[in-house]
Amino acid sequence: MQAQDFKSDQYVRFCPGCGDHAICAALQKAMAEIGVPTHQTVVISGIGCSSRMPHYLATYGFNTIHGRGAAIATGVKTANPDLTVWQMTGDGDCLAIGGNHFIHSIRRNVDLNICLFNNRIYGLTKGQYSPTSPKGFVSKSSPFGTVERPFIPAELVFGARGTFFARTLDVDMPTTVRCMVQAHQHKGASVVECLVNCVIFNNGTHSWIADRETRAERTILLEHGKPMIFGINKDKGLALDYSQGLMPRLIVVPASDQRVLVHDATLADPALHRMLALMGQPTEAGVQPDDLPVALGVIRNVEEETYDEAVNRQIREVQNKSRIHSFDELVGTLEQWEI
Amino acid sequence: MTTPLQSVVVRFSGDSGDGMQLTGTLFSNLSAILGNEISTFPDFPAEIRAPQGTLGGVSGFQVQLGSSHVFTPGDKADVLVAMNPAALKVNIGNIRPDSVIIIDTDSFTGKDLEKALYQTDNPFTELGLPESQQIVPVALTTLTKESLRDSGMDNKAVLRSKNMFALGLVCWLFNRPIDKAVHFLESKFKKKPDLLTANIRCLTDGFNYGQNLALNINTYTIDKSDDLPHGVYTSIAGNKATAWGLIAAAEKAGKRLFLGSYPITPATDIMHELAARKDVGAVVVQAEDEIAGVCTAIGASFAGCLAATSTSGPGLSLKSEAIGLAVMAELPLVVIDVQRGGPSTGLPTKTEQTDLLQAVYGRNGECPAVVIAASTPSNCFRYAYEASRLALENMTPVILLSDTYLANGTSLWKLPKLAELPEIHPQGVPEELHGQFNPALRDPDTLIRYFAPAGKEGFEHRNIGLERDQLKGSISTNPDNHAAMIRNRAQKVAQVANRIPLLEVYGNKDADTLLVGFGSTEGHLKAAVDILNSEGKPAALAHFNYINPLPRNTQQVLSAYRRIVVCELNTGQFAAYLRTKTEGLRFEQFNSLGAQPFQVNDIVEYVKS
Repeated sequence: MQAQDFKSDQYVRFCPGCGDHAICAALQKAMAEIGVPTHQTVVISGIGCSSRMPHYLATYGFNTIHGRGAAIATGVKTANPDLTVWQMTGDGDCLAIGGNHFIHSIRRNVDLNICLFNNRIYGLTKGQYSPTSPKGFVSKSSPFGTVERPFIPAELVFGARGTFFARTLDVDMPTTVRCMVQAHQHKGASVVECLVNCVIFNNGTHSWIADRETRAERTILLEHGKPMIFGINKDKGLALDYSQGLMPRLIVVPASDQRVLVHDATLADPALHRMLALMGQPTEAGVQPDDLPVALGVIRNVEEETYDEAVNRQIREVQNKSRIHSFDELVGTLEQWEI
Repeated sequence: MTTPLQSVVVRFSGDSGDGMQLTGTLFSNLSAILGNEISTFPDFPAEIRAPQGTLGGVSGFQVQLGSSHVFTPGDKADVLVAMNPAALKVNIGNIRPDSVIIIDTDSFTGKDLEKALYQTDNPFTELGLPESQQIVPVALTTLTKESLRDSGMDNKAVLRSKNMFALGLVCWLFNRPIDKAVHFLESKFKKKPDLLTANIRCLTDGFNYGQNLALNINTYTIDKSDDLPHGVYTSIAGNKATAWGLIAAAEKAGKRLFLGSYPITPATDIMHELAARKDVGAVVVQAEDEIAGVCTAIGASFAGCLAATSTSGPGLSLKSEAIGLAVMAELPLVVIDVQRGGPSTGLPTKTEQTDLLQAVYGRNGECPAVVIAASTPSNCFRYAYEASRLALENMTPVILLSDTYLANGTSLWKLPKLAELPEIHPQGVPEELHGQFNPALRDPDTLIRYFAPAGKEGFEHRNIGLERDQLKGSISTNPDNHAAMIRNRAQKVAQVANRIPLLEVYGNKDADTLLVGFGSTEGHLKAAVDILNSEGKPAALAHFNYINPLPRNTQQVLSAYRRIVVCELNTGQFAAYLRTKTEGLRFEQFNSLGAQPFQVNDIVEYVKS
């Protein structure tokens, strides 16, 4: 199948220059690579710029209400586990109004592929700070700078005992496609945080790492089973340093250093995944927290039984054991008498 | 001496731990087996475990049994079983002046009187019980201990059996043979043979105690009902009947049943019942909140299930936006609202009809949905089935109103066979739309949109909560299109009137006075109409199960009466609604606001006044 097969007839209405264009193209490419036919693919969204995505895909789609995409997607997948279900959501839709559904879909490990478009701003309502905007961020609803501490999405995912977390950049098409394909292959709730630029209301929010010149130095692409190496010249690596107090911390060492870590996305304990995911995540406007690279790629990928599988397995097990299979047989089990 | 009775109201009352619900249920079923009509209502405390012996810990169970026209659990009890002084005090307003009161004399002493806040050691005088009350003192605790002296059971377990001794006594009082009760106990305590033996022993001894000591009171007989059509019956509570209505509808429609729900009193038993019914394939998601409950159901509906969510008033408020989505996306959805006292958290365990206007109107935009109401515990089955049928056939959310009274009360249910239930023809899609389907395409006559569940090849489409173009199905803000779509959605719901039964009148159709009600008050209103007619005050009843749309003959039926009294457990929501839906009629209101079922006598007195 070709990416073209997943394009709907709708004109794509994202703003010119918006990062969502690239994610949309990457998704169509990933869907073609995955090869699940359009009628068995369902794309659910809530409200926001990112939630327009279903309209541009030739699959089954449902652009629902603000924040509830995860709950509706949970219903679709549990009702029919044979469907491949994607959820398109943004930092407002997913982490503010839909925060509860987000963490519970992850906790249950529903087999959903969740693309979380993080542009750190409300775009469709025209420029308010979001739950991922760094403290001090100036917006229409925070003219003197927001006083709120932001979420870092990965922390929520790990806090909810997530089994899959990946991060990608709108301008990095190959990584985006790879993350999406792996999200599909992973059984369970797979969160792909897509760092996207809002060209109108939050232009350059990810430019620290997105700019072509600096990207290789300021990001690291994690690949399962491969050493954690980055830099234009692939000369740097990540290692754990145990010298500072009780807790180990990640440090940058020369690529040749024997301590350079090899990425294991399948570690059951998420402690190291969390440390990797928190690298370079700004929580205050204008302040880069450390000189560590921002981790891209699949950071965590562990297998556990999915909710939809478990629900349907339990039903089958009971049905196999039970002598009741129909309404009439069920009625027969009641205490009853003739009048 | 044995007196034959038409009907009798018995109330079992005791501490939460005294097993009054089981006792009441056994007695009711026993009476039903003997051919009586029954109607029951439990009255349990809101607290999970209130301190023993206190007023707050009193748990009651009321049943009316009779040989005909048993429509309600009865206003006031003819027989009260009071296991402790608190139970007597709490029920003093619930008994008739000439009632029989069976008390456990062992409990009517110092400590228990104190816990029930009596000021003196003579509770009967203190409560001002009239001479006409027949008090039957029985040392229930002592007698139970004696019965089980050789059982080897510990004291606590022994005391838990005294409800069976009381049940035996009541069975004797009403000439109910106890062998059937033994049969019930056998199935209830299948896995606990020791308890079974103890319970049967106490039940038998209680019965024999009445018989042998020939207590100096009347016993009663109640004839078999001859109103009930011949058939096989059980007694069923409203919530269970609701759950089973969904099960039957899903099987009839050939759909998977999906319930997305969040725990809320008094609706939770619907979820419990379906969670236990994996054998018939029910999928239940206990969601993280009310909104997720309805949203998972909407997702399941999109994927082709018969999808439902169950809740009570506060939950219905939370679900409003999502119900609007189902209206806009034109997806079948059953929303069950088991109403309770409101607003806000209100009175979670009490009954009220105060969500009517919320159900009809409580959403943003022009947002019509079908609203129907069950009216007896057992017809919750019929109306849950009906809600499913209307949702699947008309591609619309259907809100089914029940309430605490129906949810927890029981009535007789003639067991149906699936084959006898009405056909359900879920809306589908013509195959010729393969490759060119969109979610705005609809049947030109009924305006019901075509439905292709996610997964159907060649019918891929994008559904939305945004307004859509009436031809292409894509997002549209065109003013004419929006106006046309508002009319489409309204007409689609209005035409449901062609698929529901006409309104019928009960009682004296030629009367001047018509009582009007909806939902769970049907039994009380029928009983009131019967009394009025028997007293020479002609009256009729028009009772509504279909609220939106109303039956087609509503205006015609109502306009035949000079005096129309709308009776409801709120400040007049149905009356207000009828005023907008009819012309030239004057609606008098009779409203009761105590979050309790009507007292039949209050209705009768009002109509006579």
